Amino acid sequence: MLLIPCPFCGPRNESEFAHGGPVRARRPDPDAVSDAAWVEYLTVTPNPQGPVQEHWWHVRGCGTWLTLWRDTTSHDIVKGPDDA
Amino acid sequence: MRERLPQGGRIDRSRRVAFTFNGRVYDGYHGDTLASALLAHGVRLTARSFKYHRPRGIVGYGVEEPASLVELLGADASGNEPITTVRIRDGLRAKSVNCWPSLRFDIGGVNQLFARVLPAGFYYKTFKWPDWQLFEPMIRRAAGLARAPTQPPANGHYEARHAHADVFIAGAGPAGLMAALVAGRAGKRVFLADEGTEAGGGLLTRRLRIEDRPAMEWVADAVAELAAMEHVTHLQNASVWAYREHNLMMVTERSPDHDSLLERSWRVRAGRVICATGAIERLLVFPGNDRPGVMLASAAQAYVNRWAVRPGRRAVVFTNNNSAYAVAADMQAAGIEIAAIVDARPQVPPEALAQVAGIDVLGGHVVVRTRGRMSLRSIAISPLAGGATRSIACDLLAHSGGWNPAVHLFSQSRGSLRYDETLAAFVPDIPAQATASVGAAAGLMTLPEVLTSAAATGGDVPRAHEAAYAIAPLWRVQAAGKAFLDIQNDVTVADVQLALREGYDNIEHVKRYTTGGMGIDQGKTGNINIIGTVAQQKGLTLPEVGSTTFRSPYAPVSFGAVGGLRTGEVQFPYRHTPITEWNREQGAVMYEAGARWQRPGYFPQPGESFQETVNRECGAVREAVGVYDGSPLGTFELKGRDTGRFLDFLYTNKMANLKPGHGRYGLMLTDDGLILDDGVALRLDDYRWILSTSTGHADAVNQQMEKLLQTEFPDWQVMVTAVTSQWNNATVCGPRAREVMEALGTDINLDNAAFPFMTFRDGTVAGLPTRVVRVSFTGELSYEINVAPRHMRKLWDRVMAAGAPFGIQPVGSEANHVLRVEKGFLSLGHEVDGTVDPHDLGMGWIMSAKKSDYLGKRAVALRRAADKPRRELVGLLPDDPNAQIPEGAPLTPGGRKEATEGLVTACVWSGVNNRWVALALLVNGRTRQGETVHVRLRDEVIAARVTAPVFYDPGGQRLRS
Repeated sequence: MLLIPCPFCGPRNESEFAHGGPVRARRPDPDAVSDAAWVEYLTVTPNPQGPVQEHWWHVRGCGTWLTLWRDTTSHDIVKGPDDA
Repeated sequence: MRERLPQGGRIDRSRRVAFTFNGRVYDGYHGDTLASALLAHGVRLTARSFKYHRPRGIVGYGVEEPASLVELLGADASGNEPITTVRIRDGLRAKSVNCWPSLRFDIGGVNQLFARVLPAGFYYKTFKWPDWQLFEPMIRRAAGLARAPTQPPANGHYEARHAHADVFIAGAGPAGLMAALVAGRAGKRVFLADEGTEAGGGLLTRRLRIEDRPAMEWVADAVAELAAMEHVTHLQNASVWAYREHNLMMVTERSPDHDSLLERSWRVRAGRVICATGAIERLLVFPGNDRPGVMLASAAQAYVNRWAVRPGRRAVVFTNNNSAYAVAADMQAAGIEIAAIVDARPQVPPEALAQVAGIDVLGGHVVVRTRGRMSLRSIAISPLAGGATRSIACDLLAHSGGWNPAVHLFSQSRGSLRYDETLAAFVPDIPAQATASVGAAAGLMTLPEVLTSAAATGGDVPRAHEAAYAIAPLWRVQAAGKAFLDIQNDVTVADVQLALREGYDNIEHVKRYTTGGMGIDQGKTGNINIIGTVAQQKGLTLPEVGSTTFRSPYAPVSFGAVGGLRTGEVQFPYRHTPITEWNREQGAVMYEAGARWQRPGYFPQPGESFQETVNRECGAVREAVGVYDGSPLGTFELKGRDTGRFLDFLYTNKMANLKPGHGRYGLMLTDDGLILDDGVALRLDDYRWILSTSTGHADAVNQQMEKLLQTEFPDWQVMVTAVTSQWNNATVCGPRAREVMEALGTDINLDNAAFPFMTFRDGTVAGLPTRVVRVSFTGELSYEINVAPRHMRKLWDRVMAAGAPFGIQPVGSEANHVLRVEKGFLSLGHEVDGTVDPHDLGMGWIMSAKKSDYLGKRAVALRRAADKPRRELVGLLPDDPNAQIPEGAPLTPGGRKEATEGLVTACVWSGVNNRWVALALLVNGRTRQGETVHVRLRDEVIAARVTAPVFYDPGGQRLRS
């Protein structure tokens, strides 16, 4: 069980959070991109072996959505929401 | 207790304990384990093996025990406990696993004769059709270990606790205690957990000295000093069974000091973890190394020193390392005759010899055979270099294949291991978390090194002495006969050789194919011998072969401890509305209807069948009036000046132009064009809205909204509050609903022109403050009367009283289902299954063309541009009006055995149509109205006519009336 740094509540157990998936590219303007680019946006999510930026929702806590960098090989949180 | 030594041992001779083993009553002393008490009575045969049902005895003295597992009976019922870890107490009843009908006469023992048909990979070769059915009854009877208890524990419960520590220490041997003293004295919050009944680890079983006193006196002082520190938590009987991410340690504490508590599960989050888990002795591999009377040297030493028990009268010690010499000396001091020490090393180091003056040491010899039917009588030894075999009579063979640092926890933390040539063992290498290994767990095998490593930089190290450790690895003795690598799983050298011959030559494959290293003991005493055997066979070094992955749990964990108090009703609690009690009083059949809500399915009257009940409830709604509890629907309040804009992005249809006081049905998609939910949005004022969602999808909608607002549009001013539990409602529905509302008494003008469909009014109903909404899920005139939960029961009672003259009936979820199918209203999970889009459901009108962007718009458009045939929602009328179609049944062309062209999503008896009606998803269904299609079932084909997906009041006049 990960220990996730919530910017409001401090480090809390993973069981208080819902995983929100990796952070994807910003949603493009649907009127300004090709079909292929839109499909790419919808279907391709980052899945690296190594650090990935992801969303977590502190749903059983303060309710905040936070982003952090987690290394998928070690579970190390290499960069928390408050880290520069 | 004829084998009990007259004095010594850490047992309380003033407290006699009587227990039962395999139906016979024995006695022992407080402090004994089942193993030590049985050995004190000279009991040798304690188990039958898993596969061959060979006679087995006691091999170890702790969690490493591979051979003797017991099943506890009665109130303690539990299975597969190592005989060495069960503490005896009055009334304890235990039996051996794997023997039937009795330990001495075991029917399964004939398996030994069939050993040739039980080779490695036996299960993989046999668990295949068509042979499996042939073998199954025999295997089910013979294999497996203990039976699972059939009843929950009678005498207590389990609980769970969380704890935090600066320093977590696994193991309270000399290393763990030293580390705890250093950290505790520095003021750190320390959590020290040890699996033994008392602290001391290896010092409990060996005769060592610290500061010129018996080492256990130092242990007692250390324990007392730690007990006096408020910031130190010290647990015994507490197995650290898993090392998880971010230094989360899982600990199970057995029999905490509390009458009704069986076990306590701890989850400890630590800043730093110190693995002081010691080392575990490993077996030597030679023919007959599993015979009762063949025991690990460390175990023989433990029984003599800790429990004052003679595990034999005339012993041989067989070793490849120095540690067994102290064992020989201790046994001799206890009066056991040492016939010989057989050392595989041709040159025995002088520091070893110095410990055993006067004992015959045979260097360069190995044991090649053991004899004795149910218990050891003699062994045969032979020079390694070749030469004559000779026999030595003995009833105990204490053997030592060297020591493996207990790297299990370190490895679970994903730290890497390194093979140490000097120790011939794997030791911790590079840590992956904030952890350190100290003492024998780090490969430091003598007491002075242990204490020094544990003290680290933290102060004085107590003085101690122990002879140096040295080993020459011997992975197996090459001689004919069954030599066991894994005693628990009956894996022999021949099995590993077979696995290699059949191409399973990766060490992980060898493990899975032979099952070597699996089971209760997880190969604590044998794994490295398997690696060594594979290395020898393939001509590789041990690091090249590598080790299998160490996984949790380190020691068996009971399911009860993992669950803690979360069992039965509270394991996954149901949600209830305030009228659950009323529902039960009415005899409602209650069950879950999404998101753990308990709802009434139907309200049968005496003598009424299920269908009669549902028909009556539906009839009431269609002809008079009914009422149902709509409280479980998800409810959210949204506030802020950007709410309209946000809802326009969230829903497919336009919401921002809705006027206060009005409601609108809407559909939500995910951005990849799947239907997330449907429901009604109400606008309270310019900046305030109420959304209702389906019961089962409230959480998903909440997540969707919060994620968008916090990650995509952080500058939009919208606040979402879940108010499902703040609003309850009674929905009065049916042609006479207005009359019931009038009878209840209200200050709201109920006139249809003043209060039309899809609007709401705040006001008083039956003296209660309410918000009344005119929405309808039944197709009839409906008033959804929303109140605060504290008023719900009062409201309900008053509705039932006011409605009585009109024949009001409470309506369950079954009748609701019928009513919505008759109307063709959607139900997520029935018609909406993750493949359909709004156009398929005939709801293209709800996809706004005016809005340039909203969730799912582009994805739906893209998918439809592909112009592939789609499954579309239709109604079905079975040709035989009395033919019921099972929900989910497939439609195939002509009812033939061909690819399906759709499925039936719902089928109900429609009272208003006096027949069965169904909804279905059918390929190109909308253009096929009037056609006959076929439902293909196993034994029959049902023909049905395709219609529009609405069977009642297609114009919707009734709900607007």
